[in-house]
Amino acid sequence: MSKYSMHLLVCGGTGCKSQESDTIAEKLKKELSKQGLEETVQVIMTGCFGFCEKGPIVKVMPDNTFYTQVKPEDAEEIIEEHVIKGRRVERLLYTDPETEAHVEDSKHMGFYRKQLRIALRNCGVIDPEMIDEYIARDGYQALGEVLANQAPEETIELMKASGLRGRGGAGFPAGLKWDFARKSEADQKYVVCNADEGDPGAFMDRSILEGDPHSVLEAMAIVGHCIGADMGYIYIRAEYPLAIARLKIAIAQAREYGLLGNDIMGSGFNFDIDLKYGAGAFVCGEETALIHSMEGERGEPTMKPPFPAESGYLGKPTNVNNVETLANVPVIILKGSDWFSSIGTETSKGTKVFALAGKINNVGLIEVPMGTTLREVIFEIGGGIKDGKKFKAVQTGGPSGGCLTEKHLDTPIDYENLVANGSMMGSGGMIVMDEDDCMVSIAKFYLDFTVEESCGKCAPCRIGNKRLLELLERICEGKGEESDLVRLRNLCDVIKDTSLCGLGQSSPNPILSTMDNFPEEYLSHVVDKKCPSGVCTDLLEYFIVEENCIGCTACARACPVGCISGERKEPHLINPDTCIKCGACMEKCKFDAVILK
Amino acid sequence: MLKEMSLVKLTIDGHNVEVPAGTTIYKAAKQLDIDIPILCYMDLKDLNIENKPGGCRICSVEVEGRRNLAPSCSTDVAEGMVVKTNSMRVINARRTVMELILSDHPKDCLSCAKAGNCDLQDMAVKLGIREIPGQEYAEMSTYRLDTSPSIIRDLDKCIMCRRCETMCNDFQTVGALHAVNRGFNAVVAPAFEMNLEHSPCTYCGQCVAVCPTGALTEVDHTGKVIAALNDPTKTVVVQTAPAVRAALGEEFGMEPGTRVTGQMVTALKQLGFDYVFDTDFAADLTIMEEGTELLVRLKKHLEGDENVKLPILTSCCPGWVNFFEYNFPDLKDVPSTARSPQQMFGAIAKTYFADKIKVDRKDLVVISIMPCLAKKYECQREEFAVDGNPDVDYSISTRELAHLIKQANMDLNKLKEDEFDAPLGESSGAAVIFGATGGVIEAATRTAYELHTGKTLEKVDFEQLRGMDGIRSATVDFDGLDINIGIAHGLGNARKLLDEVRAGKSKYHAIEVMACPGGCIGGGGQPLHHGDASILKARTKAIYQEDEGKTIRKSHENPYILKLYDEFLGEPLSEKAHELLHTHYFDKRKKIFQV
Repeated sequence: MSKYSMHLLVCGGTGCKSQESDTIAEKLKKELSKQGLEETVQVIMTGCFGFCEKGPIVKVMPDNTFYTQVKPEDAEEIIEEHVIKGRRVERLLYTDPETEAHVEDSKHMGFYRKQLRIALRNCGVIDPEMIDEYIARDGYQALGEVLANQAPEETIELMKASGLRGRGGAGFPAGLKWDFARKSEADQKYVVCNADEGDPGAFMDRSILEGDPHSVLEAMAIVGHCIGADMGYIYIRAEYPLAIARLKIAIAQAREYGLLGNDIMGSGFNFDIDLKYGAGAFVCGEETALIHSMEGERGEPTMKPPFPAESGYLGKPTNVNNVETLANVPVIILKGSDWFSSIGTETSKGTKVFALAGKINNVGLIEVPMGTTLREVIFEIGGGIKDGKKFKAVQTGGPSGGCLTEKHLDTPIDYENLVANGSMMGSGGMIVMDEDDCMVSIAKFYLDFTVEESCGKCAPCRIGNKRLLELLERICEGKGEESDLVRLRNLCDVIKDTSLCGLGQSSPNPILSTMDNFPEEYLSHVVDKKCPSGVCTDLLEYFIVEENCIGCTACARACPVGCISGERKEPHLINPDTCIKCGACMEKCKFDAVILK
Repeated sequence: MLKEMSLVKLTIDGHNVEVPAGTTIYKAAKQLDIDIPILCYMDLKDLNIENKPGGCRICSVEVEGRRNLAPSCSTDVAEGMVVKTNSMRVINARRTVMELILSDHPKDCLSCAKAGNCDLQDMAVKLGIREIPGQEYAEMSTYRLDTSPSIIRDLDKCIMCRRCETMCNDFQTVGALHAVNRGFNAVVAPAFEMNLEHSPCTYCGQCVAVCPTGALTEVDHTGKVIAALNDPTKTVVVQTAPAVRAALGEEFGMEPGTRVTGQMVTALKQLGFDYVFDTDFAADLTIMEEGTELLVRLKKHLEGDENVKLPILTSCCPGWVNFFEYNFPDLKDVPSTARSPQQMFGAIAKTYFADKIKVDRKDLVVISIMPCLAKKYECQREEFAVDGNPDVDYSISTRELAHLIKQANMDLNKLKEDEFDAPLGESSGAAVIFGATGGVIEAATRTAYELHTGKTLEKVDFEQLRGMDGIRSATVDFDGLDINIGIAHGLGNARKLLDEVRAGKSKYHAIEVMACPGGCIGGGGQPLHHGDASILKARTKAIYQEDEGKTIRKSHENPYILKLYDEFLGEPLSEKAHELLHTHYFDKRKKIFQV
């Protein structure tokens, strides 16, 4: 890297690639060669920078200039102005929404200021397709350390002391999990990386695999050494083609460098990794279902025990860790457990990656220390609510999580706090809602997802979720009754209480948390037959705003059922009892006097 | 494995109990006479089959310290565990889950084949379900009806207990049924959602036998039987398989293992059958043909003929025939070519007997009463018909016969005993034991031994061939010649023996295979045993008792058989015998995949 004096980092994450970041990189290279600078300035396609809202991103190093919403045609200007003349292209800089000033250095952007990137340490920094760049950032040093200087038990103790917990959702201590797998005696064991990321709107794991695949490979080899496995599999959704392509390149490179395969670094330790593709079933994120799917069986969960650590893939002891969990491992080994456990809260150590989405200004991927508050995440990193609207709720933990509200904003984020407040960490989806969102409809949206994704094995999840969805649909259609709310809650409780796996045990959470936090909204739907946010169309009524109506009679003439009355040049009135909600009046009105309320 | 042996103390509903580690909460509760309701769970102890997917959640119980409820069928006990099976939390959850299951189940119990014999119905009664909240707007999952020659799949009634899958895949290794689709649309179906006819299904009916609801039922032919009996132009002949008499009584509340041969004959005569015959007659005929075939092959083998196919495989079980035609088409010249007793009977009835009573075969209707569902398919096979007229017109199961008898206002308990009609009603004890695993080969051994050695058996009971082990083997001394015999019941067990044959490593001269557990007494058409293997044992005992009570216990001593050969067939394996009593096999894969 030393021969270059400047680097142009172009985001190669899926979001930016979909907006032609490939072409941007090509054009930058072309411009550089036109200027004879290809030997001095290097263009690198990196992993995701996280700030997807403003993609495609181009970052100039070493001065940290952060260009946003770059288009291919901007390449020429970037080279001519910034690279040659040393002047930043002001119009491409990020504008701070409060000060309205351009922010030159990404360090000073609200989006990055409170972030601490451990799992994402190399995303947006290195070229994920170049193993040398990973190695230059201390890559594979942890594996070397473990193989040369640590007994497996020592590494496991170190992991236990670090307090790293599973980032896939349940938060089980990683070191303890490894310990179980190590203690299971068998002729063959397996390491599995769970890359079956399935929460709607979540892309934490995808970004890590796309931006820093070697960190996962290195960690898997370390787990293999600890538990006594010589084979690892990455179970990844087939819908992640870029991550798959980069993993394949990374595996090939690691094998070439002798970092995978036989006798790694001359230690006598053998370990190799292969990919297994998932067909995109949400339930396959559950580890027993995942293992069945790997075996070519139907992807449905089975009762635990036996735990995979005793009997997993092909009946052999298997350690399953999530991508983000693994990405933390090499750093912990190099920097020590004390360093890692100094970050975070009493029970939850380190950082957590979240996919910020919904009605928020800075949609993207963030990593913050455990213990950061929701307020910091939403209003500082996330830049607040879009269009100046009012914050209403935030759904954490994806479809298995719950909606948290205003009163939870100052709660430090960790596993226990989220559960105590009726939600969960989950894999890190975070969807923000504003005053325009109907909480019953939000709950219905999530149920729609779980009904679709239930495997159908156990009755409460297979039938119960369907019935929950039907109840919510009725409530949104104005057919609900107060007694339905009692039934809804009982069904939720029983489904949580009796379902076989995590999917059904958590699928009622969106309903329960919205019922707890927004009881009045449910009551308006069933008692007043009103949707306060104006989302549920069946509960809306056509209404004429007196001030806007000039009495032109166009609406009354268009009404097929004659439910609009009023004298000429006088404000008109719609009779809601006879209105069939066809919308003809609204279409005809030229004065915005007909509204839905 | 010391850990497995250790005892675990726990409390269930306030009572202390000590059970071996590895015991489930459900079984531990049973020791305290606490009967936790179960629905999907099935334990066929003596057959080593346990279905515990933990799917229905009806057996959920409360375990102190655990966040959610635990399915007692598949949760092991732990030291100091405190379990509540009847807390209000449990009772509410159980009722709610039951209401959910019923909310997705048709309410046509009145006309359902399983009415009165349905685990789901029983559970609804037990849990006191009176209404299903929200039923009026609850969507029901629906699936197309699949009718095959033997089995009807009405998946609207399926509760996803997966018992059929366990039988089809784990026990039978047939692999016709597996869960497909997701969530509310999940169903159990053949691969690619084909119909059963285009699947590896053998029609053994073991799925039907364990189905807790009306989702899997036999094709009902009682209507056709009534129509035939009602038709004055038809002469209707009935044949009854040996296993039927050992189980029919259960449908009338009798103890398992009660023999009702005489009462059954009376009932059939009262129903109006013109001739009540016994499939056992044809079983004796089977032994004559198959036994002779064995001896011929054996003789060639001893003479050094290397092309002779040994071991010979029995061929009287139609589920088994379907199984090897699909899975071992390369071995299709290994089994005996002898038709099954049902089909031998049909062929003789519509030739020899039809001639005797001077009735055209088209006016003669042959009905069979079978413990089996595959027999329905077998009698429809093209090769068992003459000019489109089948040798056996309809095959009905033991269960269907019970329905017929009940419809005719008869109680088997109150009926007098009667005798089968002659000439096709007379049989030896050897024929009766066809109904139990090992019986066919024992019957063949009795005859083959005497024909081969020319000596009279001192003891006709070959105890070493009996039993319930899935695979058994025995060596019988044929006067200095050791004959190795293999026996398998359950197609998974048969597969193991067939894999050996295919690999050229089989040590046997003859192998008997029955598709169903325990043989025909555990057939897919028998009264439902609800997973209680003691019932199968009682039926087996009844079969051997009937054998013991017979004066003639060897097939070749049945005078009516001898007369048949004398008057009509000539000798075993004669040209006529080949035409009427033997068959050939197909590569079933080619047949069923011609979609």
